Amino acid sequence: MAATERLFGSSIKRREDPRLITGKGVYVDDVKLPATTYASFVRSPHAHARIKAIDSSAARKLPGVVAVYTGKELSAGGVKSLPVGWLLPNIKLPPHLPLAVDRARYMGDAVAVVIAESPYVARDAADLVDVDYEPLPVVTDAVRATEAGAPKLHDEAPDNVSFRWSLGDKDKTDAAFRGAARVVKEHFVNHRLIPNAIEPRAALASANPATGEITLWVTTQNPHVHRLLMAAFVLGIPEHKLRVISPDVGGGFGSKIFVYPEECVVTWASRALGRPVKWTAERRESFMTDAHGRDHQTDAEMALDADGHILGLRVKSTVNLGAYLSLFAPSVPTYLYGTLLAGAYRTPAIHVEVTGAFTNTTPVDAYRGAGRPEACYVVERMVDLAAKELGVDPVELRRRNFIAPEQFPYQTPVAVMYDSGNYTAALDKALEILNYGAFRREQDKLRQQGRYLGVGFSTYVEACGLAPSQVAGALGAQAGLYESATVRVHPTGKVTVFTGSHSHGQGHETTFAQVAADELGLPMEDIEIVHGDTAQVPFGMGTYGSRSGPVGGAAIYMGLQKIKDKGKKIAAHLLEASENDVVYEGGKFSVKGSPNRSKTFGDVALMAYLAHNLPKGLEPGLEAISFFDPGNFVFPFGTHIAVVEVERETGKVKLVRYIAVDDLGRVINPMIVDGMVQGGIVQGVAQALWEEAIYDENGQLVTGSMMNYALPRADDVVTPELARTETPTPVNPLGVKGAGETGTIASTAAVANAVVDALAPFGIKHLDMPFTPGRVWEAIRSSGR
Amino acid sequence: MTSVTISVNGTSQARQVEPRLLLVHFLRETLGLTGTHVGCDTSQCGACTVLLDGEAVKSCSLFAVQADGRSVTTIEGLAKDGKLHPMQEGFWEKHGLQCGFCTPGMIISACQILERNPNPSEAEIRRGLEGNMCRCTGYANIVKAVQHAAGNMADRGAR
Repeated sequence: MAATERLFGSSIKRREDPRLITGKGVYVDDVKLPATTYASFVRSPHAHARIKAIDSSAARKLPGVVAVYTGKELSAGGVKSLPVGWLLPNIKLPPHLPLAVDRARYMGDAVAVVIAESPYVARDAADLVDVDYEPLPVVTDAVRATEAGAPKLHDEAPDNVSFRWSLGDKDKTDAAFRGAARVVKEHFVNHRLIPNAIEPRAALASANPATGEITLWVTTQNPHVHRLLMAAFVLGIPEHKLRVISPDVGGGFGSKIFVYPEECVVTWASRALGRPVKWTAERRESFMTDAHGRDHQTDAEMALDADGHILGLRVKSTVNLGAYLSLFAPSVPTYLYGTLLAGAYRTPAIHVEVTGAFTNTTPVDAYRGAGRPEACYVVERMVDLAAKELGVDPVELRRRNFIAPEQFPYQTPVAVMYDSGNYTAALDKALEILNYGAFRREQDKLRQQGRYLGVGFSTYVEACGLAPSQVAGALGAQAGLYESATVRVHPTGKVTVFTGSHSHGQGHETTFAQVAADELGLPMEDIEIVHGDTAQVPFGMGTYGSRSGPVGGAAIYMGLQKIKDKGKKIAAHLLEASENDVVYEGGKFSVKGSPNRSKTFGDVALMAYLAHNLPKGLEPGLEAISFFDPGNFVFPFGTHIAVVEVERETGKVKLVRYIAVDDLGRVINPMIVDGMVQGGIVQGVAQALWEEAIYDENGQLVTGSMMNYALPRADDVVTPELARTETPTPVNPLGVKGAGETGTIASTAAVANAVVDALAPFGIKHLDMPFTPGRVWEAIRSSGR
Repeated sequence: MTSVTISVNGTSQARQVEPRLLLVHFLRETLGLTGTHVGCDTSQCGACTVLLDGEAVKSCSLFAVQADGRSVTTIEGLAKDGKLHPMQEGFWEKHGLQCGFCTPGMIISACQILERNPNPSEAEIRRGLEGNMCRCTGYANIVKAVQHAAGNMADRGAR
């Protein structure tokens, strides 16, 4: 077999595409089983209400209705609260039952489920369930929820506060402010977003009463986590009797990490009925019940010396948790937020305080970036505000404060140790693409013609591949944060790699095959990547926090080394050579110095399974499992630049250019990484310019459909101009960082800075997002200029 | 129940349907053609886009009975004789998809764009895709995919 060209670093076309472009993908709603029943949930139309009575008699009478269940019946049937996967000191953990009992706490809170022979009948019957609600006072704003006299959601949290958390050295930070030449302050609202993966969540449970086994197809980013939590905490069924399959999944962006009520209810109902039960969300349900993102209110202060060196940063955030604690809600505005407040800067003292509050809104959890976009927004806006205050160019102020390349690994004052970086290199490259000097001249010229261009910078740092497990555990994680990989070599030398991470658009079937093909010197066609099935993959933590490459990919790499090591033992025996003299290259084991004395990978694989002639004591077979638990996070970084134009007469903001120079360490498949970066950028731009979840004073979600929640469309955006620098990380053997979230993390701040820069002639120093025409127009008008 | 006869991807399909059955559910549930997806129920996202008598329509907003006697092309009907349609090739070549959920509707709409204008500008492509939402790609590579297909279709003179 000829040595193959190295695939790591090549833009290989995706292997998953042929099925997806021909309509042959299999998403959960595409799975069909005989005798399936369909679930439709009865949801509270009130944001807060006592459930006085539920009369389901009319629904039960409708032909085709199989069952109606309420929360009381589920509780009697042993269904427990949904779990919380990250605990903080003194955290209040009110129960979150899959179907509310006695009280509904947000609009969309499920109170009953109808199961019928067809989805149409189920929906009809759900409308016939008569729930007697007594509306209760509502609070939707997190700050308001913590004030005296606010409506209370849970007996367990009488002040509506779930946790108060802080990080950093308060005394040192206070001292930094006392010694400061300048202090800059601002109040920021980082508004609420709704994830809107285009595939709605779905679940299909099929219980086999004869064996006690249950198979659940569910739209999840982490099938093993789903299985573990549903089995052990919610339903009390043996873990080994539950198989979770997450087939093709149509986007996640965080929203498909969490265990939701619906999959628990259909699994329980399938056991109760002995028939498959399917539920697919309608989009209105996605809006109401997919965990939302962001929703921070923050006061930030930055202390600087007279030369523009940052001395300290003080941040106080009140964050909206929604009505219940979603699975990883406690970690997002704390350890994924506070730890990134150093940004790319040598800020010596930082102190952050976070209050997490319950409100009568949809639960909030990780949404693409999860805490890090919020941190990046605070830091990058503050740096711009400081530059304005000091009369220094925002690029120059950044340069003055960057952590220098020789300072890595760099310990920040907010607990994390940055692995590697060269922030100036990325900035310089981005400025060159922009042609910064020329831009400023053009901007001046156009301003005189009444045209308002703005440029915004975001020299971000982010953290992915949260690790190691021991540290995460000490900080409150109720899970390990390693990843597993199993490499199974078949007797013919073909290879199946089972990964515990999950692809819902990221292209693992391609990139992981590139890694495996390189390591084994085999063509990609000989390698299959399997993910998303607990019956096939031994274990896994799944995909979120841009961990698949740096953690999941690295686990595969480790497994492949074990295969090669065992292969060498077998080959050495067959070649009558010392194991130390055997080298593996281009799909062949050969004796050092005598390349003709060799055995192919296939020869060795076959012998491993024939076992006719193996070294004494060596077990037959060729298979390895690895768990990779990284020693640290990885920290991608880069410079994003947005150029916008604001139309004075209408307040409309147009994105003119977007430049992103990212450093993601080594890159396995540049085409796939570019795709993720582009998509991430648009998601972050959309937060700055259009998207916003709005509740009215009664807790009604006003932006409850795609008709009134402004998702970006093709003609709203431009093609981002992308470039990269490459600073490998020492944290994993592949040298890769994460790529899935950088775009979203960096871009919101870049656009915000650009809009404020465009509005500088009107004396506007800050404006909260989203920069809708009305809001911008009003700001210009109020400026009186 | 009402009788309908709909030609789907060139095959005549006669079925008894509930009058309220949506065309998308007729395709997905009655015929098992699950390539056409439902993303939003309110005709914004375009994942359910199919061709009805050659016209791109959102099959979540039509009843099956409205398609009676007419001809529907779904994503499953684009490839001919095992050969991908140039638009499918474009999406593969230019990485115009990630999770793939919006892709069938996106490809159908993109075919319609080229049907009406074989050589569209980037702005025209972006406008033409207004009725289809993608949450993964940020649209950049979808635009490139359509451009790629336009080039190939012009070369082959096949449309």
